[in-house]
Order: sequence, then C-alpha cells, then structure tokens
Amino acid sequence: MSRRITIDPITRLEGHGKIEIFLDDRGDVERAILQVPELRGFEQFAVGRPVEEMPRITPRICGVCPTAHHMAAAKAVDAVFHVEPTSTGRKLRELIYNAFFMEDHTLHFFFLGGPDFVVGPQAPAAERNILGVIGKVGLEIGGKVIKIREDVREIMAFLCGKAIHPVCGLPGGVAKGLDEEHRTKFLETAKDAVVFAEFALQIFDDVVLKNKAYVDVVVGEAYKIKTYYMGMVNARHQVDFYDGDLRVVDPEGREFAKFKPGDYLDHIAEHVEPWTYVKFPFLKKVGWKGFVEGSDSGVYRVAPLARLNAAEGMATPRAQVHHDRMYDVLGGKPVHNTLAFHWARLIEALQAAERMVDLLEDPEITGPDIRRLPTAVPSEGVGIVEAPRGVLVHHYKTDSRGLVTDANLIVATIGNAAAINMSIEKAAKAFIKGGIVSEGLLNMAEMAFRPYDPCHGCGTHAYPGGLPLTIDVLGPDGGLVRRLRRD
Amino acid sequence: MSDSKPKVAFYWCSSCGGCEESIVDLGADILKVVAAVDIVYWPVALDFKKKDLEAMPDGSIAVSFINGGIRMSEQEEMAHLLRRKSGLVVAHGACAHLGGIPGLANFWTKSAIFDTVYHKTFSTANPSKAEPLAKSMVDGHELTLPEFWDTVKPLDAVIDVDYYLPGCAPHRDLILNAVTAILEGKLPPKGAVLSPNTSCCDDCDRNETKPEKLTVKEIKRPYEVLLDPKTCFLAQGVICLGPATRGGCGERCIHGNMPCRGCMGPTDQVRDQGAKFLSAFASILEAKDEAEVDRLVDTIVDPAGTFYRFSLPSSILKRKKMEVVR
Repeated sequence: MSRRITIDPITRLEGHGKIEIFLDDRGDVERAILQVPELRGFEQFAVGRPVEEMPRITPRICGVCPTAHHMAAAKAVDAVFHVEPTSTGRKLRELIYNAFFMEDHTLHFFFLGGPDFVVGPQAPAAERNILGVIGKVGLEIGGKVIKIREDVREIMAFLCGKAIHPVCGLPGGVAKGLDEEHRTKFLETAKDAVVFAEFALQIFDDVVLKNKAYVDVVVGEAYKIKTYYMGMVNARHQVDFYDGDLRVVDPEGREFAKFKPGDYLDHIAEHVEPWTYVKFPFLKKVGWKGFVEGSDSGVYRVAPLARLNAAEGMATPRAQVHHDRMYDVLGGKPVHNTLAFHWARLIEALQAAERMVDLLEDPEITGPDIRRLPTAVPSEGVGIVEAPRGVLVHHYKTDSRGLVTDANLIVATIGNAAAINMSIEKAAKAFIKGGIVSEGLLNMAEMAFRPYDPCHGCGTHAYPGGLPLTIDVLGPDGGLVRRLRRD
Repeated sequence: MSDSKPKVAFYWCSSCGGCEESIVDLGADILKVVAAVDIVYWPVALDFKKKDLEAMPDGSIAVSFINGGIRMSEQEEMAHLLRRKSGLVVAHGACAHLGGIPGLANFWTKSAIFDTVYHKTFSTANPSKAEPLAKSMVDGHELTLPEFWDTVKPLDAVIDVDYYLPGCAPHRDLILNAVTAILEGKLPPKGAVLSPNTSCCDDCDRNETKPEKLTVKEIKRPYEVLLDPKTCFLAQGVICLGPATRGGCGERCIHGNMPCRGCMGPTDQVRDQGAKFLSAFASILEAKDEAEVDRLVDTIVDPAGTFYRFSLPSSILKRKKMEVVR
C-alpha cells in the first residue's frame, strides 16, 4: 500500500514549487520529486525583438535576481555586436554586479538560509526567521543588516536606473557613468560592506562552527551528494562572478573540462521530463543517466559551493583566508556537503565587497569613456555570468538588423534542478523509514533545498523571512493521514 | 488576535517576483504596513494554503493585491477565489495591469512556445520528444501540472478589478500611497489607476529639451548613439514611450539614461497605448512628404514589440490571430 506525501512550500522558481514523495509498500521512500508548475516561454517571445532590448526584457525572468539576467544579456549582446566594452564600462558593470552579489548573498544568509543556523535547527519555528535572527544577534546588528542592504541597493539604483529591473547595459558598455561625488560616497558603503561581510562570517563561526551539534549536521551523510561542479574562473583559476572561463571538476575534484562561454553547447545539454516545466541541464560528455550521483552521471552542481569547488581559490585576500579555513575544516576539495553552500555564500559575499572597494578605488571608474559604439554587423553571441544561484547562460542569434531569430537561456537555479531533486530524495530517505514520518522531515525538507537558495526560494528573502512549509501525508484513498506544519 | 485590523492578501500569478521585491524594498515602512493590517495570505512569506483561503467567509479579506498576468489554469482559479473572498482587488504591477513583458508571448501560441522551449532550443536534448503534461505517470504514480494556455491575459480579463497599481515594478511611493488610501478609506472611483493622470514627459527633467517637431532623418536605436544624459531622447532620435505613458514612476529609467518603454501603461484618456504612441510620434515627425514618413517609419524595427512592450494583452490587439500562427 503506497502512500504519497505532498510538500507544497509555494515558493519561487519561475513560479511555484511542489515536492511529491512516494513511499513503497514498506513505507520507505521510493522517489522524491520537485515539480515546477510554471513556464513563461521567454525563449520564444524574444524572437523578433531588437537584440539590444534583451537586457531590458530578460530581467523579468526573475525580479529577485534581475541584475544577473541583465548582465548575462548585456554580455551576450556585446558578443552579438562583436564589441568589447570600454575599460570604464566594464568596470562599472563589475561594480554593479559585485554590489548585487554582496547584497543578495548577505540577504540570503540573514533572511533565508541563516535562520536555520543562527537561531538554531531546534529553535521554535516561529523564531526561525529574520526577527529571530535579530533576537539572537541583537537589534543593533539587525539594524545593520537592513542598512547595508539599503546602502548597497542605492549604488545599484544609481547606476542601473532601477534596482529591480536594471536598464543600464548596452553593447560596448553602460548608459550612465559615475561622478566623483558618488564614487566617494559609494566607497564608504563598499568599505562598510567588507566589514559587514567579515562580521557575517564571524557570526557563522560563533554560532555554527563552535557548536558541535551544528557541525555534525553540516557534515552529515543525509546532506551530502557527490557530483560534478561547474563555476566561472579568471585566468588564475580564481572565483569570478562577472567574466572568465567555465571550469568543471569531477566528484574527486580533478579538472574535467575548461571552456570559453561561446563553447558551452559542447559541454551542457538539457533533459526534458513530462512532470515539470523546467529542464534538467547535464554534462553532455558524460550524458544524462537520471537523478543519480557519481562520476558516471552527468549531473553537476552550480552556485556558491560549486564555484569554490571548481576554482583554485578566491580573487581577493580576505576571502581567500576564509576559503582556506573552510576547506581545512571540511577536509579539502571538493566539499560535497550541501549545507556548506551557506558557508561558501558568505565567503563569496566578502569577495564581492572587497571587489567593490577595489573598483571604487580605481581612478578609471569615473572615466567618461563608458561605452564603445558597435560597428560590425550583428550575428550571434553568448553571455555567461555567475548568478548568485549559479552559471547563467544567455545565447542569442540575430538577423543582420539585430533582430533576434533564436534565443537560448539556461537559468541559474535550473543548473541545480537535478541535484535539488536528489538532495531532497536523499534526505527524505534518511528521515522517512517504515512509514514513520518524523517531525525531522520538516527540517529535512527545507534544509535539503535551502542551501541552493533556489530562485523559488529567493522570493522568500521577503519580510518576515522564514520558509513556511506544510507536509500532508495522504493515505491511499487520498485522505489526510497526518499534517506537519511549520509556520 | 487582530480581528479589528483589515485583512490583506498578496498573491502572484505569472510574474517574476519583482512585485514581491517591491514590497520588501519598502524597507522600514513595511513594518508600519504590517502593524496596521493583518496579512492573511502571502505565499512568499506566510504559511496559508488554498484550503485556508477557501475556508474564509466570502468578502472577508479587505483587499487583495494580485501581481502577474494570467498564463496558467491555476492562476485563473486563484484569481477567482481571491475575488470571491475580497472586498477590493488591486492589480499590482504591470503584468496584472496590462499583461506585462510575459504578455509578449501573445505573438505566439502554446504549441510554438513548447516547440521552441522543449525541442528547438540549442541546448535541449530531448530524443524521446517529451513535453510537460497536465497528467503524467512516474513509477506508477500520477503527477499533475497546471495547464499552460495559448494567451496571457491581464487580471481584469478574468475577474473584476477595483484598482490598478502600475509599474514594473511599482514605485515605492505609489505602493505606500495606495495602502494609505485604502487604510484611510479615501478611495478614488472604482477602476482608477493609482498614479497621477499625467504623462511621463510632464514629470521628466528633460522635458524642456523635448522638441515641438522632430527633425531627425532617421530613428536611432539606443545602441547606435552615445546617449546624452540631459537631452530628451526623442530629440536624439531615440524612441522613448514617455509621451504615451502615465507618470508617477519616478522616471527611474530616464535617470539611468535610458528611454521609457511604457511599463506604467497609458493615461486615463487613452484606450490603447501603442496606438497612442504612434499618433503622438507621427504628429511630431517633420517630414516633407508621405514617402519620407514611410521611410522614417521603416527605420523603426519591431514596432509592435516596442510600442506594446508591456501592454499587448490589454491592447485592442490582445494577441496575434491564432490561425495565422503556425
């Protein structure tokens, strides 16, 4: 007699997400599935649009990470027009992008993923949100979180027009430059951001790493899957969010592939299932073998931990110190523990803040030469950035007038779509045995997918934070057997 | 515990999450809103299910803010349910108001979209020709998905809407003003768009440089020219939808030195934003003869996708004729 468990967190990817867990006759987990019940079809309605409008159209894929789509599109459009941004134009884009990363990552830690740790996995559910975090760390610090977010978003709004749905990116650079007055002001914000990111890492250290019970959770088998990892690296194989080559390491941490963004089709393909509207990317040279771990399966992971695993180090000195410490504590590269995504995310926030300071101290950042006008006939181009949630691919083909004829988008969270399914299934198997569904299932469900900060969770950056869940256990007749609930 | 406070619901349909983010971006002000109302439904943040909503008495929610267009069957069902439970319904953001950018999909059909997304896109590897199905079987278990429809609709095409909160995403002042008006009962006439009935140009600090007559020899696309940060875009020969677009947005795109794309929709006097822009544009074009007008208009690439960037589903056109699309 099989049973079915439905977890309906009503959270965000391209819409909502739903988890179905099927139990076999013995009451053990047979299969766990994350369904995404929405599609909008950007790849089709991009066709016919002037390609330079894509940086203004594609941010509507996601209003929480619109800057990632804006930048991937701007880079793809550079490639379509065969134009390199001016040095100042590129640096302004990098400044915007690192500001966005810092803001998004820190917010995730304090509002979404962090409450599990900071307040504690055993804390009452009602306290496991941003207010609980403030209660634990103090109001003064809570105020800091809100202030740094506002200050960093002010930089984005100034340079991008709007923080939600930026407008500044054009082929060859940006539409708006930076003056000295604002540079001075934003540099102070950037320095505050470095202090804040270090402080967030200190909280992680104090609350998580000094508590053995938490560390045991982080390194536990239930939250570990062995996969390939993909991330963008600079020429020195250091983590880069804005530009570089894509590097893939195998489950043993050895370099499996390194490629230019324009060659992504040699390495990435997407599998289709009839039960969800999203596709599942996999490594083309390994092949799609289903939702399985290991080096024979083409499943790879993206986003913070994957980026650190796929790189040899960080691009900034302070972040490098924390990077080395994380791998010392967790036993060297690669780390397969899904919960380490949280730690990696904070290390990346620090790199982003350090990069903001570097860029704002660069005299060229206020230069007048913000854009290079394209002169070549537009044709085809690929733009890849690291979104906070992983490798993001925009690929456009145009006619000679620059009107889009084909568009291909591999959205960041989808890079982890197969792995999220596998993480949920693995954790479900650890917590559901012989038909007994323990209360721990609630923590399991959220803790297995929260580390990925899936974009269907990114809406949950919202006040008052916390990801509410209801798990209904239904009998074979569809009747409600048990309801577990965490508000 | 808070029966005396007005009950408020937030819901998202076919949207990007930017409207939810616009609420978060209220910053400290969100605390004032939360203190004054009782949020009974907000899937992004609170744990109430459809069942809970169904159990509420009809009309018991003071106001529901619904963002996103209607693209999937489930979204229309939720819109009807929220309408029944709510005294007021506010269409929150450009997608609920006009259809929004996802409404550009109305140039196509479901089958064309599926064909592209699940078969033709460069990285898709789909040898078994699978497509998402409303009902499918996995290991003997049935899984269901909401239906994907041919046409994106604005919210008022499926339910009665009381007010419209425009913009992509709406400016924080508009959101705060709307909430204040509702809380204080100082409501404008039903059907009002909750933003000043002026054009974007009226508020634009480049308005003084807007020409009476355009004397450009050709229309420039934004990538073709270095955009002057102080001069009206139309004076630079760059299409800017400001003349046909409602104000109140804070001209944020203009401050980013990029032209308006019309996310606020038309003013009250105008039924169709794209047609309004064409007539406004034609009236300022200075051309010697009809041939020159034709030549100038020919330099506008993708007129439909530009003039109806946010408003295709709510326009007179609504969508491309079904039988034409193959």
